[in-house]
Amino acid sequence: MSKIKCQCGHENPEGTQLCEACGRPLSEEAKKSDIVDMRYEGSARRSKTYTTSIVDKVWNFFSSVTVGVWIIVILLVTSAIGTLLPQRFNIDVPPNIEAQVAEYYEKHYGIFGKVYYTLGLDNMYSSWWFKILVGMLGVSIIIASVDRVVPLYKSLKRQRTRRHASFMKRQRLFGAGPVDDPDESIEQAGEAFKKLKYNVKIENDAMLAEKNRFSRWGPYVNHTGLIIFLVGVLLRGLPGWYVDEAMWLREGERKSIPGAQGYYLESKGFTLENYDVEGEDKVFEDAIERAGSVVKNYQTDVVLYKDKEGALPGSEDLEKVKEYEIVVNKPLTFDGYSIFQMEYRLDELSGMTFALVNKGSTDSLGEFTIDLTAPERKYELGEGTYVQILDYFPDFIGTRNGKMELDTATPVPNNPAFIFKLVTPETPEGETSLVEIGKPALEIDVTDKGTLDIVENDYQVKFLAADTHDMSGLTIRKDKTLYLLLVGGIIFMIGVAQGSYWQHRRVWIQKDEKTGELLLAGHTNKNWFSLRKDIDEVAETVPLPSYEDRADQEDKKEKKGDDN
Amino acid sequence: MDFASLSSNLLFISFITYLVATLFFGGAVRKSKDEVAYKNSKWGTIGLALTIIGFLTHVGYFITRWIASGHAPVSNMFEFTTAFAMMLVGAFILLFMIYRTPSLGLFALPIAIIIIAYASMFPRDISPLIPALQSNWLTIHVITAALGEAILAISAVAGLIYLIKNIDMTKRSRERFWIEVVMFVVTLVIGFVISSVLFSTMGYEAEMNYVDKDGRDAHIVYNNPPLFAMNEYEMVTEGVMTPLAATPPIVNAKTLTTFSWSVIFGTVIYLLLRLIFRRPLAAVVQPLTKKANSQLMDEIGYRSVLIGFPVFTLGALIFAMIWAHEAWSRFWGWDPKEVWALITWLFYAAFLHLRLTRGWEGKKSAWLAVVGFIIIMFNLIAVNLIIAGLHSYA
Repeated sequence: MSKIKCQCGHENPEGTQLCEACGRPLSEEAKKSDIVDMRYEGSARRSKTYTTSIVDKVWNFFSSVTVGVWIIVILLVTSAIGTLLPQRFNIDVPPNIEAQVAEYYEKHYGIFGKVYYTLGLDNMYSSWWFKILVGMLGVSIIIASVDRVVPLYKSLKRQRTRRHASFMKRQRLFGAGPVDDPDESIEQAGEAFKKLKYNVKIENDAMLAEKNRFSRWGPYVNHTGLIIFLVGVLLRGLPGWYVDEAMWLREGERKSIPGAQGYYLESKGFTLENYDVEGEDKVFEDAIERAGSVVKNYQTDVVLYKDKEGALPGSEDLEKVKEYEIVVNKPLTFDGYSIFQMEYRLDELSGMTFALVNKGSTDSLGEFTIDLTAPERKYELGEGTYVQILDYFPDFIGTRNGKMELDTATPVPNNPAFIFKLVTPETPEGETSLVEIGKPALEIDVTDKGTLDIVENDYQVKFLAADTHDMSGLTIRKDKTLYLLLVGGIIFMIGVAQGSYWQHRRVWIQKDEKTGELLLAGHTNKNWFSLRKDIDEVAETVPLPSYEDRADQEDKKEKKGDDN
Repeated sequence: MDFASLSSNLLFISFITYLVATLFFGGAVRKSKDEVAYKNSKWGTIGLALTIIGFLTHVGYFITRWIASGHAPVSNMFEFTTAFAMMLVGAFILLFMIYRTPSLGLFALPIAIIIIAYASMFPRDISPLIPALQSNWLTIHVITAALGEAILAISAVAGLIYLIKNIDMTKRSRERFWIEVVMFVVTLVIGFVISSVLFSTMGYEAEMNYVDKDGRDAHIVYNNPPLFAMNEYEMVTEGVMTPLAATPPIVNAKTLTTFSWSVIFGTVIYLLLRLIFRRPLAAVVQPLTKKANSQLMDEIGYRSVLIGFPVFTLGALIFAMIWAHEAWSRFWGWDPKEVWALITWLFYAAFLHLRLTRGWEGKKSAWLAVVGFIIIMFNLIAVNLIIAGLHSYA
């Protein structure tokens, strides 16, 4: 690698704009400028030095802040487009049934909805191109940071106290002029800046007062945090790192927990509570009246079990782990899993009680209760009398397009229907009938499946009562990346605070070798107002040349106005 | 007097105090001759004292309402927006202490006043918390996010002053047009407040039955004359205005009607003001910015983004994610409000990176600050009222 040797004797890497040691402008551009570009200290960045090979070109593309900003803007605009219509996972239609999703968008949003769906914007945030954009942002963050942080670190480390006059003159804050005793002024200024908590170095008739250099590393720290966060998001794709399952649990039911093998959850009961205008919630009266009713709490009381050690899977040899009340905002946690209270369904049918009745005499031959979640095949009523379930439809479709359809829409007992076979000593062959909730029984002959011949029976089942229970909709999550994401977030916050709440300020004061005048220059990466305040404070007690802020045109005018 | 009514009285007092303080800041700008006198002007000091009194009563409102309801008063549109205005004033006081520039007060306070007035147009009942909101994270997340947004909003105030001062109002230009659009939007908000106050003092009510987008029968009450009616409507109240048209089921005609009334009132006010002054409104307020130092406004604009951005990140993204993980089982779900918080964050990230590139200072940076405020307001207003996801309170 070729080096650029500065007049001061320091060897700078190729591509350096300002000498790392004395600050003399080295490039043509820097020599021409009025106020020198102090970003990254005019150090040699890879992206500005090597531009020929493919690797250089890719590197240079991603190291550009402009490119980074463009990626941010594109992400911003596309993210906004994704909120125009609800995403497919937020609509009332199962997101995995393509035809229904398509229909939903067209029905509700017309042509716009159809276009939105066709372009895949209904699932935009999971689309390949959105992921590529996020990936490009990640690459841009890494390359742009590495391109800058290394040379910046080197040149801040190598800076000398005494700078070349040409460097001083090109600073935004600059002043020059004679003072009575330049050496005394430099000494006193050093003391004064020390009181303002600057690090002061004095050598060769020159002073450098520097403060908060660490804030320069803020952007690189926060970028590291962002990268850790993005890596965390990537890792969720690994098997076993991320579990997201849902389950419906009925009151009194015990089920194995999907996604968490060997664990079982039993619901002891579900409670739903509304705010009560009469009692302690009286202060909310107006708001509750406006809304009708407001839910105060819903919770599932559960018992968590797991397989006993050494037990065979499915052997039902369980040990109790803990009891817990799952409330919104208070998930049950165990072994890295969390179970959240998400939804509920009240008063779902759980059991139905029927009586077998002689149609002529209306005598009852006995009653039986069907557990709708686990119906038995046969209910014995004694003395050769029994009711057999030939078929069970939890969510009976009934008639569709004028034809009887013996099928169920869902496995949830919303509209249960049965085909019973009724056997009594008088009718040992059995009679069959279709019983649907809330409808008169249909007495049919199902011996020949497919045709439904209406027959006249002697016996019928009569609906007596229904039992209901509540159901809890629970979500099971396990996310091993959470801590990584949190660490990324914390590092980001540290970095962003470091870079935002502190500023790297430097003040150079030195005696000009030829004229003996004092030169004063100041630079900060942010917050020039405070740097000026610091210098002004020092200048109150120490004789220093006056300076001007060459970016503040109005200040100049005002000062000129004062003179007149 | 119970806490609830004490709380609303305190809010009213702070509203009035802010109005008076604005006048004093105006006096500070008008009366002082040069910048030094302007910085230490008595008018400015009184203005600051009044602002602090207003702020303290505003905090008093916040605390008494907290006591009355038993939870941090940030759980519905009214509460959140008033809290946002409170923090805006707080952020202004902080920056005034650093930079002592009354011009900032002359613009920041009226904006806070308009925001409080806007907030008061929503139901002010103390509302109970639904289960998802019953968490300490409500307090932590919402207050931090609102504080971050308020500090960011100060940068828009500084940007607005910078633009009004530096745009040449004597010549036709794109920037003169757009700054006038900003002024027009402000009058629309005032139009919203005036129309709402007018119709509610009249006690206007119009009830109708309609069919919602899922085909179910529904019922709605308008508090203003129904310009637009809901899908397949049937009026219940008699003797009210006959709607001009019914909207398709996905459009909320009530929101559209309120919006239309705001536009009608706002436009009338705007035209009246133009008739009175015979100049664009931006030109009318331009003299108020004369004494502001542009470099300082640019600095305040940048500085408040620097101060606000980390606070916003912490409140609106990090705390938000922690809470979302606890309440909704996932830390991120692409809910519209979440996405718009991300958009706001990306926008200010772009702002900060553009500042690094030469040339994005002064006017460009001031425009960005104004746009940032528009995004924040969009997230507060449009996302809550129109897009509506899990976060819709009002």
